Amino acid sequence: MSNSLVKVRNLHIEGRADETWLPIVNGVDLDLERGKVLGLIGESGAGKSTIGLAAMGFTRDGCRISGGTVEFDGIDLTKASTAVKRSLLGKRIAYVAQSAAASFNPAHKLMDQHTEAPVYHGVSSRKDSEADGIELYRKLRLPNPEQIGFRYPHQVSGGQLQRAMTAMAMSCRPDLIIFDEPTTALDVTTQIEVLASIRDIVEQFGTAAIYITHDLAVVAQMADDIKVLLKGDEVEQADTRTMLSNPQQEYTKSLWAVRSFQRPQKPTAPTSETPLVTVRDVTAAYGNDLVPVLFGVDFNIHKGRTVAVVGESGSGKSTVARCITGLLPPKKGAIEFNGVALPASYKKRSKNQLRQVQMIYQMADTALNPRVRIKDIIGRPVEFYSGLTGSARDERVAALLEQIELEPSLYMERRPTELSGGQKQRIGIARALAAEPEFIICDEVTSALDQLVAEGILRLLAKLQDELDLAYMFITHDLATVRAIADEVVVMKEGKVVEAGPKDVVFSPPHHPYTDLLLSSVPEMDPDWLTRLLEERGLENLGDAAIARINS
Amino acid sequence: MKGYLIFALFLAAAASTIVFFGGVDALKTTWSYLYWLLIIVAVAAAASWVFRELLRRLMPEVIAKPMRQAPLTAAFGIMIILAYIIISVGAPLIAPYGEAEIFTRINVLPGGDPELGGDPAHLLGTDQIGRDILSRLIYGARNTVGIAFLTTVLSFLIGVTFGFLAATLGGWIDQSLSRGVDVLMAIPQLIFALLLMTIASEWAYRSGISLTWFMILIIAVLDSTRVFRLARAVGLNIVVMDYIEAAKVRGETLSHLIFKEILPNAYSPLLAEFGLRFCFVFLTIASLSFLGVGIQPPLADWGTMVRDLSQFINFAAYDPLTASLPLMAAGAIALLTVAVNFVVDWMLHNSSGLKE
Amino acid sequence: MNSVLGIILKRLALGLLTLLIVSLVIFCAVELLPGDFAEAILGQGATPEAVAAIREQLGLDKPLVYRYLSWLGSAATGDFGISFAQLNFLEFGGQGAGNVITVADQIRPRFFNTLFLAAVAAAIAVPLSLAIGILAALFRNSIFDRVANVATLTSISSPEFFVAYILILFLAVLNPILPSLSNIYADMTFIQRLTSTLLPALVLTLVVTAHMMRMTRAAIINLLASPYIEMARLKGLSQTRVIVVHALPNALAPIINVIALNLAYLVTGVVVVEVVFVYPGVGQLFVDSVKIRDIPLVQACCLIFAAAYILLNLLADVMSILSNPRLRHPK
Repeated sequence: MSNSLVKVRNLHIEGRADETWLPIVNGVDLDLERGKVLGLIGESGAGKSTIGLAAMGFTRDGCRISGGTVEFDGIDLTKASTAVKRSLLGKRIAYVAQSAAASFNPAHKLMDQHTEAPVYHGVSSRKDSEADGIELYRKLRLPNPEQIGFRYPHQVSGGQLQRAMTAMAMSCRPDLIIFDEPTTALDVTTQIEVLASIRDIVEQFGTAAIYITHDLAVVAQMADDIKVLLKGDEVEQADTRTMLSNPQQEYTKSLWAVRSFQRPQKPTAPTSETPLVTVRDVTAAYGNDLVPVLFGVDFNIHKGRTVAVVGESGSGKSTVARCITGLLPPKKGAIEFNGVALPASYKKRSKNQLRQVQMIYQMADTALNPRVRIKDIIGRPVEFYSGLTGSARDERVAALLEQIELEPSLYMERRPTELSGGQKQRIGIARALAAEPEFIICDEVTSALDQLVAEGILRLLAKLQDELDLAYMFITHDLATVRAIADEVVVMKEGKVVEAGPKDVVFSPPHHPYTDLLLSSVPEMDPDWLTRLLEERGLENLGDAAIARINS
Repeated sequence: MKGYLIFALFLAAAASTIVFFGGVDALKTTWSYLYWLLIIVAVAAAASWVFRELLRRLMPEVIAKPMRQAPLTAAFGIMIILAYIIISVGAPLIAPYGEAEIFTRINVLPGGDPELGGDPAHLLGTDQIGRDILSRLIYGARNTVGIAFLTTVLSFLIGVTFGFLAATLGGWIDQSLSRGVDVLMAIPQLIFALLLMTIASEWAYRSGISLTWFMILIIAVLDSTRVFRLARAVGLNIVVMDYIEAAKVRGETLSHLIFKEILPNAYSPLLAEFGLRFCFVFLTIASLSFLGVGIQPPLADWGTMVRDLSQFINFAAYDPLTASLPLMAAGAIALLTVAVNFVVDWMLHNSSGLKE
Repeated sequence: MNSVLGIILKRLALGLLTLLIVSLVIFCAVELLPGDFAEAILGQGATPEAVAAIREQLGLDKPLVYRYLSWLGSAATGDFGISFAQLNFLEFGGQGAGNVITVADQIRPRFFNTLFLAAVAAAIAVPLSLAIGILAALFRNSIFDRVANVATLTSISSPEFFVAYILILFLAVLNPILPSLSNIYADMTFIQRLTSTLLPALVLTLVVTAHMMRMTRAAIINLLASPYIEMARLKGLSQTRVIVVHALPNALAPIINVIALNLAYLVTGVVVVEVVFVYPGVGQLFVDSVKIRDIPLVQACCLIFAAAYILLNLLADVMSILSNPRLRHPK
């Protein structure tokens, strides 16, 4: 028996758009040995999911394999009959999808779906596979393994569902599992448990796997080899350690580049100085909800400083921004600017008060009106706040474009759809600057961008801060960004501030337990990180268990 | 491949149903009709193909480019819509007589052959009070289509305005508008229209204003409820965009928000909806006219013509041309709605199909 | 189960409330009449005395709220009052008040006829359109799907009376298989009744099938695109098992919804079709009473149609609540 399990040669895949076929994957090779894990990494549109599915001999509607071969254990899946493919799928090749919540059938209990493949393929009886399911649930450390299988998918949390799906993929003890971004939809503290359990079980059963993700740090923990993809082409492939320490191609280097940008932390402002922005004891709720999403949030932002607000989804960090801009008037507490309380609702604020607080958004796509030219996107606040019109306005727009390092003559007449993600984000910055504010809220401004582009944006923001003495509130879940740019850090959890202070203080022990958990849960680009973390902390001090302990 | 199989099975099922109920002869008769249908479809397809080629080659790039990907059905739709526009704008030039002109000879048979009761001056004959049917068909294009178009425009003005207002303002304004629309939509549209037309006819009778105007208003208001729902949904999708939030906290006025930020992004779904609403309004008005409470004489319109000429259909066995008169008017209605629907179908497919 | 019951009760209450408000709208619409009821009955030539007499007789001197409540009260017990045509007859005939035909008397037999017509149409249309819709969704973009698409689009675009006259032309005039006019009388056999009803039912079928088929197709395609169907395929299950075990339980809700919505659509369609075939149903009565401005009759018919429409929509909602696993098995 040869050791090679999957052998893909010169794979071409096309997608249908408007009655024509466009290439999605252009001649990719892929080899996988038994018991090995291959990481497929790339941005969205790199074709990694398409390749993952093609390795199962499957293409989505509107796609087709137009060339090359996909051999699984010597069988060419591109030529195999449907019957042959069906006998392999589920039994010898299994799939774990990105969204477990959407990929479990809402009409059936977990256990019914778990036992379906083994019973259907005649691998084992319903009774045996049910007992095996419970055993797998236990191995994957799902709480209450005897009972959880008899619930419906919507009755189980996201992280648990993802593990149940991994168990389901294991139900026939396949030779190969395709993991398609299994932790992308999860929070960092939850992700770690899923990663650990997936890695354990794959190792235990010696299953080969293709692990698809866009997160380098994650793939570094999971894979033996890494293949980097870009727009349907292979960039390079190497074993994980080589790939991390010595990437060959420019593109890979740009992905790997550790944040070289590190801005020195500014000294803490004197307590005598009136803060530029004060969030004073803010309690807020959406609509007529009685349960608030913010509980007495309280912190200061000083002139020329950067305050990073960190937390997981649902921590209320974006809600704080909505309170400051006046989109969500707080139920209690106030927002002060230079020591003077601002009206709670933006509707009641004066033009000058509105001008002072500007915002840059996460998704540049939705932040810029796609039907408006750049000239007018930036020109509108110029005109609106400073009353400039005609050529004076255009001159100001040109100056702003230069400030964000874009050539005015090239960009004035364009529309957002003609720009790259990084350029769009710069236009968003220019629009905020056009109001000549003292304070800018940056809401996850770099999280949708590639590493290199993101760094450019951070450098630009730092430069602007020095030139214009701006204060930033930086909302982010990415600790690397916080390390790079923050002067002060506010850690939030479930609507409360758990820890706040200068960066060096917050980031060095002793931590608040939650800060500690958050800091340690963010994957690092070190293949041994997960192993070390598990050894140091033990599973009971990570993920849901740790959260439960902090809450009690 | 399986598609063909299913198609063949389906045809076989249809054929056996016909044989079961009408015997083998019925199948032969059906085939002779189908044969003609196929010829008509083939001619239409050929015409649309030529039309599409013309557009692709002779028109500037703006028009030619989308035509390269347009299916035949869409080309057919565009061709028919153009023809209708030409006929309705040029009605006075094309039609041999005025729409309300009354001649002394009533019930002249179509065909223009005096031997068979026709009159060369009236190619399609005259109706029961002596009006030229061909002229009335041509003017019908102008009236029926024009009135439906006007009504749809009105309906959009009302629906889009309130829909966007509800989407941007939210709160109690949105709530009360939406609940009000819910109630109006709980009554079937044609039924509600008939009720209101009863009352309007009393007003029309007293005030001397033509009932047609009341009908335009009633249908526009009733139909605007559907437009409201769509405009509100489209508006809500746009309102959650960050650029709207940015404009709001910049302190922009409501009119800037609606006209400069929301509207430019809502054109394409609204345009497709305009096509669909036009069809619906057009059919509702035609139905009302057919029932006798829609467009009022002396205006010529297709719905009324179908009703007035409907008895001729019983002569089909002796005089097919006469029998086809009511079908011509009804077919004129159907043809335009089919055409608009084909174009809208293509537009909707275009805006959604790329995401695959 | 409690939460589902709660949601359904809430929905039922909302439906009832809608019905109440709709009845209020229908009642108040009549208040928009120029002058009032009494003048409308007697026409403009009436003497002031006669108008006053009628007004008192109808209780028009009472306040609006009182009149609405009493109208609603009697409507709920099936009493829709006396039609204008009958009133005129009373006025000019002078006596014979003993055997007045009420609105309810006029509607009752016709209501049954209309139900029969709708039932026959539904009996043909529902299975047919579900079959075509599901097949078109399963064999998307095949020749079958394309032909079905063009055919249904054409059928939706055609006014009911066009379809009706085409069918009359082919099935009644050129090949006299079915009667072109629907003569319905009391002591017909079922087969006779069916034969008279078949042609109008076929017209309704054609129109409704097109809508229903397209909606079914869209619902199924939407369902088949969901990740759990892909998951089922990736388990190597056969096409049949994917459809039966994974798609069908989830398809129930959208399909029931489609059926109920289209039955509601029949409510409107029935009006035009009944007029074409001179079918003695509520729709035809409605149009006739609109033409002679017989307000009590118009109100009654309107209320019946609206109630049927609201009920069917309500049914659709309740069914989709019932078939939603998330609601059936709360956390």
